[in-house]
This record gives sequence, C-alpha cells and structure tokens, in this order.
Amino acid sequence: MGEIHLMKGNEALAEASIRAGLDAYFGYPITPQSEILEYFSRELPKKGIAFVQAESEVASINMVYGAAGCGKRVMTSTSSPGFSLMMEGVSYIACAELPCVLVNVQRGGPGLGTIQPSQGDYFQAVKGGGHGDYHMIVLAPNSVQEMADMPSIGFELAEKYRIPVLILADGALGQMMEKVEFKEYPKKNIEQNWATVGKPEKRDANVITSLFIESEVMEQVNIKLQKKYEQITEEVEDCELYHADDAEVFIVAYGISSRLAKKAVDLSREKGVRAGLIRPKILWPFPTKVIQKYATQAKGFISLEMSAGQMIEDVKLSLDGSVKSKHYGRMGGMIPAPEDILKEIESML
Amino acid sequence: MSKVIERDGVQYEVIWEKPKGLKEKQMHYCPGCAHSTLEKLIMEVIGEKGLTENTIGVSPVGCSVFAYDYMDIDMQQAAHGRAAAVATGISRVFPDKLVFTIQGDGDLAAIGTAETIHACNRGENIVIFFVNNAIYGMTGGQMAPTTLEGQITSSSPHGRDVKLAGHPIKISELVAQLPGTCFVTRVAVNTPQNVKKTKAAIEKAFNNALDKKGTSLVELVGNCPSGWKMTPVNSYIWWEKNMIPMYPLGVIKDVDNN
Repeated sequence: MGEIHLMKGNEALAEASIRAGLDAYFGYPITPQSEILEYFSRELPKKGIAFVQAESEVASINMVYGAAGCGKRVMTSTSSPGFSLMMEGVSYIACAELPCVLVNVQRGGPGLGTIQPSQGDYFQAVKGGGHGDYHMIVLAPNSVQEMADMPSIGFELAEKYRIPVLILADGALGQMMEKVEFKEYPKKNIEQNWATVGKPEKRDANVITSLFIESEVMEQVNIKLQKKYEQITEEVEDCELYHADDAEVFIVAYGISSRLAKKAVDLSREKGVRAGLIRPKILWPFPTKVIQKYATQAKGFISLEMSAGQMIEDVKLSLDGSVKSKHYGRMGGMIPAPEDILKEIESML
Repeated sequence: MSKVIERDGVQYEVIWEKPKGLKEKQMHYCPGCAHSTLEKLIMEVIGEKGLTENTIGVSPVGCSVFAYDYMDIDMQQAAHGRAAAVATGISRVFPDKLVFTIQGDGDLAAIGTAETIHACNRGENIVIFFVNNAIYGMTGGQMAPTTLEGQITSSSPHGRDVKLAGHPIKISELVAQLPGTCFVTRVAVNTPQNVKKTKAAIEKAFNNALDKKGTSLVELVGNCPSGWKMTPVNSYIWWEKNMIPMYPLGVIKDVDNN
C-alpha cells in the first residue's frame, strides 16, 4: 500500500512526475493547468531538478527539445491555446524522435475560448497537430489517480519508441480533488546512445536534427517513422470496458466524459437498457480492434465528447459502416448531463 | 619554433592547419563567406582547450543550419529562432557543459528575438554566436531586421525604407543592457587582425560559460556575397565601408572590466 493523498489532478500529476524520475520541467502559466507549473516551481529547485518558467510556450517546448535531446526525462504542460503554440516544436521533436512527456489540460476553444473544461483538442492531439506526417502517443486519464499514473507510463512509452507522449487531460481533471495513491514507479532502464552528451574521442558525433534536405533521404526518414507508428499501433492499446459483455448500445468516451458515460450506463441498466462503455485510456493509437470486436453485438455506438464531435470520426472509421453511430456532446465548457446521455442511448435502440 | 613539414624535398613552415575538430565534409558556404571562418575558429578553440567531450552546439535555421556536418562535436539543430531556448534546455540539464549556438540575423534578430532576449536576461551560461550579414542568406537574400537603410534586397527592391520597414536593429546594444549578459562584443573576420580578435573573443566567451558568469554574445559582423549580389572581393569592400560603420567593432560589455 502506497501513500494516499487528497490532491488536485494537476498537483497529483506533478508530484507523480517527480517520483517517476523527472529530470527537467519547462512551462508557462495558463489556466487551468498553472498548478502544475507552480507545484514544480516549489518542489524542483529543492531537489536539484531543472525548472524554468519560460517566456512562452514556444520557448518551453524548445527547451524540452534541448533537454530531451540530452536523453533526460523532460516534461512540459499547458492548456489548449498554449498547446497550439507548441505545435512547431512538437513536429520537430517527433521528427528528431525525442522522448518526452507533454501535458495538455484542455479548455474550451477555439481562440481564447473559455477556461472551463473541454475536449476540443482531440484532432490536434491524435492527428498530428503540427506540420508533416507524425503522431504522438496520446494518453487520456479520467481521474486524479490516473493523472498520477500516466507520467510514468508516458516516460516508459516515450523512451521505448523515441516518441513524444501527450497526456490529454481537461480542466475538470486538472482542478478536481480526489484521493490518489503514489506508487513505486520503474526507474529508467534504457540505453540512449543517440543523445547529445558530449562526444568522446572514440565515437562519432551525435546529431539531433529533423533536417533531411535530399528527397531520397527524407522519404526514408518518413518511411522509418511510419513503420514505427505501425509497430506502436500493433503493440499499444489500453481500454477500460464497463458492462461491455452484453451491451447492445455502446458509449465511447475518454477523460472526464467517460465518468458521465458510466453514470448514464448505470441509469440505462436501471431501466433495463443494456448499455456499455468503451473507454480508451490511450487515444492514439485508437483502439480500433476493441470497437470492431463489440460492433458484432451492438445496435449502435455513441461517441460522447465535450466537443463538436471529433473522436466520432475514429469510431466511424473503426466501424466502417457496419453499425450506426452518432456523436453526442456539449461545448464551451458545458458538461453533458447523464440524463441527456440516457436519452441518446435510448434513441439508438 | 613553429611546425615545419616537408613535401617533395621542400620545407614549409605551417602557419595554419585545418582544425582536427572539423569533419572531412566540404563546407557549402559561398566563396568569401564569413560563416566558414567562424566555424573553423570555434573548432580551433574547442580543440586547443580540449573541450570536445564537454561541448554541445546548437545550429539554427539559416546558412549555418548544417554546422553539425562540419563541427565534429555533439550538436542539436533547432527550429527557426529557437536556438537559445534549445541551448537553455541543454544547459539546464548539463550545467557543467559548454553550450553554444550559432545563429544568423533572421533567426536571432527576427523570429527568435524573444528566445534570445530572455535567455540573455536569465543569464543562461551559454555562448551565442550571432552572424549578422544584414540579409536572409539561405532563403535567397530577403531583407532582415539588420538590413541597412536603403539597402537593396530581394524583398526591399527599392531599398529598405525605414518608414515602412523600421530601422536596422542593434541586438548587441540591446542585450548588453540586460544584467544576465556578461560579455557582448562585435567582431569581424575581414582581415587577419580581425580574425585573431575574433578567436580571442571566442576564447573569452567560452571561459565565461565554463566559469558560469552568464550569457556571452559574440556578434560577427559578416558578409553575404551571394545575397548582396557581389563578388567576394567587392563584398569585402562593402563590408568595410557600410557594415562596420553601422555595426562598430569592439567590446560593448565585459563584466570583467566594469
């Protein structure tokens, strides 16, 4: 049994990251994630871990690039408008294959939007976001406990595949308090002979770059990246299933929406309606095989998102027309009510 | 006693050698360009001071983007303008290593102004080499923030009109104001004497970083024969006649002498 604390999601994520062996954090204030920056500003200097409050998200993601290129466990965190600013750097990091953990505690958009929780950055998270053909592995916590669990998982995946890992949270998960148990997180156990650490006489110089100016070379880099993404798609999947075994209507929901979906499933079951939940804990790669497995028994799928409907595209791609599906959600920081979700479930029968 | 080598029975005195720290690859720089001299000098100093194993360099977007193809040390290539932020990331996780950037005027004085000024203001223990040739060389000779008033470029074909495009920005004077900088100097490599002064400035800047004195910025007032549409020789004349009067050489700030 580890220690149990009552903490905000943002703080739990920060504390767990330190325990997971964080070497450096670079960030910039933005609501609703500033507690992460503040927590690190208080704790990291005491432990001799690098901390910089950068002049912008553009700078912080490039500090991440530099420190990650040295083979260190590095993190930045932000919220939606700040993540847009980071897209340039993320694209470079993806091409240079630098392991790091990024956190987006989503708020409502577009534009300056609202500081209230949203899930409107799904496309940006799972489809690339920056320029060029790339992916991040995208983790989606739905509790303060998972806010604490995911940094360690993220670092391990990032180092194994040399890929940026995004923890896609939202303002509700960042701000709410729940009990959280910190575990013993595995120590880094991987050789990183590609890192820039200073060149000893007997090895060639290490170079971190995303520039491959000759088309023939660039295409080979693209092919190598795509092969890696295919491998990850084969190997990485994590879903929570709730009343899935006999369900005839499925909700697919991640993050804070999945908590509401669970409640709606309970309400359905009380009324004798066999609803179930598929909750991707990893959004990229998307759990297509899981969706397809349950499609054979389902009358319909609902993608429940606090957005205009983004993940619904991946649900539809997975179903490939085999079963009907629809999006339901609210926007602008509004939270879908379980009773309204129930009506959507009933409409699928 | 200087080194002597013998070739075909004739003895030659060695007055300059390619530094060991430069890779075999032929540089892509245009004939007469100042960039190559700077990179040679940097590697000379790193070699002489035995710093190869202790140094990480950052190349920018611009003509020196391929610096890692020439300099035989661990290097990172940064996004346009972000070299000072990348160097900050490296320096913070490796506080005892020598970290430097090479950046041009478009990279450092336009798109990367924020990263540059804030790295200097934090007093990061890094060295910034700023090659100011008053033009975007790699993209084909467009107007830069440092382009001189009236100077014709591919994007100021009627000459830089300061009413529309602002005045040439003097980055060195700007960052010298910041308490985080310990050494700000302007050098050139247009004469053997200036080459020697540039090497001395590189040595001093590296010492500052190793002694954790703060940020050093070495501005190399350079030339761009291709971008300026001149022969190398004419570019040297223009360099001396127009660039150096606008960007006067010499130490702007040195905390050791204050």
